[in-house]
Amino acid sequence: MSERAHLPTGQEAIRVKGWRGAHRYLLLRRLSQAFFLALFLLGPWFGLWWVAGTLAGSRTFGLLPLTDPLVLLQGVAAGHWPEMTALTGALIVLAAYALIGGRVYCSWVCPINPVTDAAHWLHDRLGLPKGWQPKRSARLWLLAAALGASALTGTIAWEAVNPVTMLHRGLVFGMGFAWAMVAAVFVFDLLVSRHGWCGHLCPVGAFYGLVGTRSLLRVSARNRAACDDCMDCYAVCPESQVISPALRGGPGDTPLILSPDCTNCGRCIDVCSVDVFTFTHRFDARVSAPPETVNNARSQRAA
Amino acid sequence: MLATPPPRAPDRRRFLKETARMAGGCAVAGSALAWLARDARALPAQALRPPGALPESAFLSACIRCGLCVRDCPYDTLKLAELGADGPATGTPYFTAREVACEMCDDIPCVAACPTGALDPALDDIDDARMGTAVLVDQENCLNFLGLRCDVCYRVCPVIDEAITLEMSHNTRSGHHAIFAPTVHAARCTGCGLCEKSCVLPEAAIKVLPARLARGASADHYRKGWEERERNGGPVVEGIIDLPDRVPDSAFEPAFKLPEAGQ
Repeated sequence: MSERAHLPTGQEAIRVKGWRGAHRYLLLRRLSQAFFLALFLLGPWFGLWWVAGTLAGSRTFGLLPLTDPLVLLQGVAAGHWPEMTALTGALIVLAAYALIGGRVYCSWVCPINPVTDAAHWLHDRLGLPKGWQPKRSARLWLLAAALGASALTGTIAWEAVNPVTMLHRGLVFGMGFAWAMVAAVFVFDLLVSRHGWCGHLCPVGAFYGLVGTRSLLRVSARNRAACDDCMDCYAVCPESQVISPALRGGPGDTPLILSPDCTNCGRCIDVCSVDVFTFTHRFDARVSAPPETVNNARSQRAA
Repeated sequence: MLATPPPRAPDRRRFLKETARMAGGCAVAGSALAWLARDARALPAQALRPPGALPESAFLSACIRCGLCVRDCPYDTLKLAELGADGPATGTPYFTAREVACEMCDDIPCVAACPTGALDPALDDIDDARMGTAVLVDQENCLNFLGLRCDVCYRVCPVIDEAITLEMSHNTRSGHHAIFAPTVHAARCTGCGLCEKSCVLPEAAIKVLPARLARGASADHYRKGWEERERNGGPVVEGIIDLPDRVPDSAFEPAFKLPEAGQ
């Protein structure tokens, strides 16, 4: 491990690439989250009805239907076969996320992401212990439980508590006490379990992870030979278990982060001062040879 | 001497233990969720579902709570239930007749907007909608029942003279006036709520209630003799014995007399 491991996370990247360079994907992601929320708010706030509805189901330009496939799946489990409009909408959403990575929903669209990111930022600042860490597979069990409860009660069960759709619907239609649900997620992530909600429990994330198992868009540790073991990528990654197989792989091992848990958030790309990571597609398994120049730069910096 | 355990045993034990723990947690979470979801099925009496809504239990399996029906309602009648603030299952559409009633649009835009069929697309005539049934719940305060001519509920009814009629009867209090009783005919009432919305009293005397509260139900095997007779063009059962009616002052001789004691 290099001596820079003792620098605060991300400082090295800011020094090398500048603040904006070291926060490029983070800024893009916040912009994307704001953009998707703004689309839904244009109608109620300014009377511009380009997009109507919520993340559970929407209609764009009076034409394009989009439906949350998980909500619809629960409906099917509860015993209702939906009309063509909803099915079409769900298929479009499934196809899109199957292509660009299911959990792109989590990091680029989901309104709860800024909440849990804020909780994690504060968690970091306060230096709190990571707390209860249930297995990552807990969310898959919870997904099964949500579908089971739907079948058992004949209702779309997870929507009774889902903080994701609740927050979005609250912002677009009216909040009620849904803010308490959001506050609960924040407090849970801050005090009970680091990365607890998005990283371990949320069945929506688990579902989208399954959707994107074979997705095309992937992060590759192409330049892994340049890695100086500063560990910053592990520190910022919300699903840090996905990095090692790609970054620490031997000669022959793919540099692609192929785990469906990866949310394609791009923070690892931002925070790496030697640009190990890059976005690419799943068939691009190229690995850069350790270039002389990088080694020189590293030894100069170390000196 | 103890046999050394096979090398995979700790793995298997850990796997079983973790699976059991997850399954246990899953069962607890699932049960809690099921309890919550069951709880949400209790719809308050004043909350009415939009036109064409499936029966409540089917509705909750079909409605994805997207709010498109709310957006397409031109009169802002529909609302999405907010968590902890409104009665119906959170995020589902409903309206309160006393606040904004359903204006019964001919093209039923809310039904057209529904992507899942929670609002049944088979509903093509708004007069066939059954959002609830109006009930004149308080005859003691209804102005018409007091002998006045308010008539507002009757006048505003979009299905006037069919869903609500005025039934005339003698006003025994004054002795020389009439009472025009607003009378709901459930077979034609759509439950739009305009009567409740328009009732001039501070608290409406006529209210739209969900059918499960507003209506009784006849047993399946009940037959009304007079209807059957009309349909058959005669008595349903042939050769039925018609006993003589007992009329006052007629010479009535019972067929059987009790033996009189002491004769």
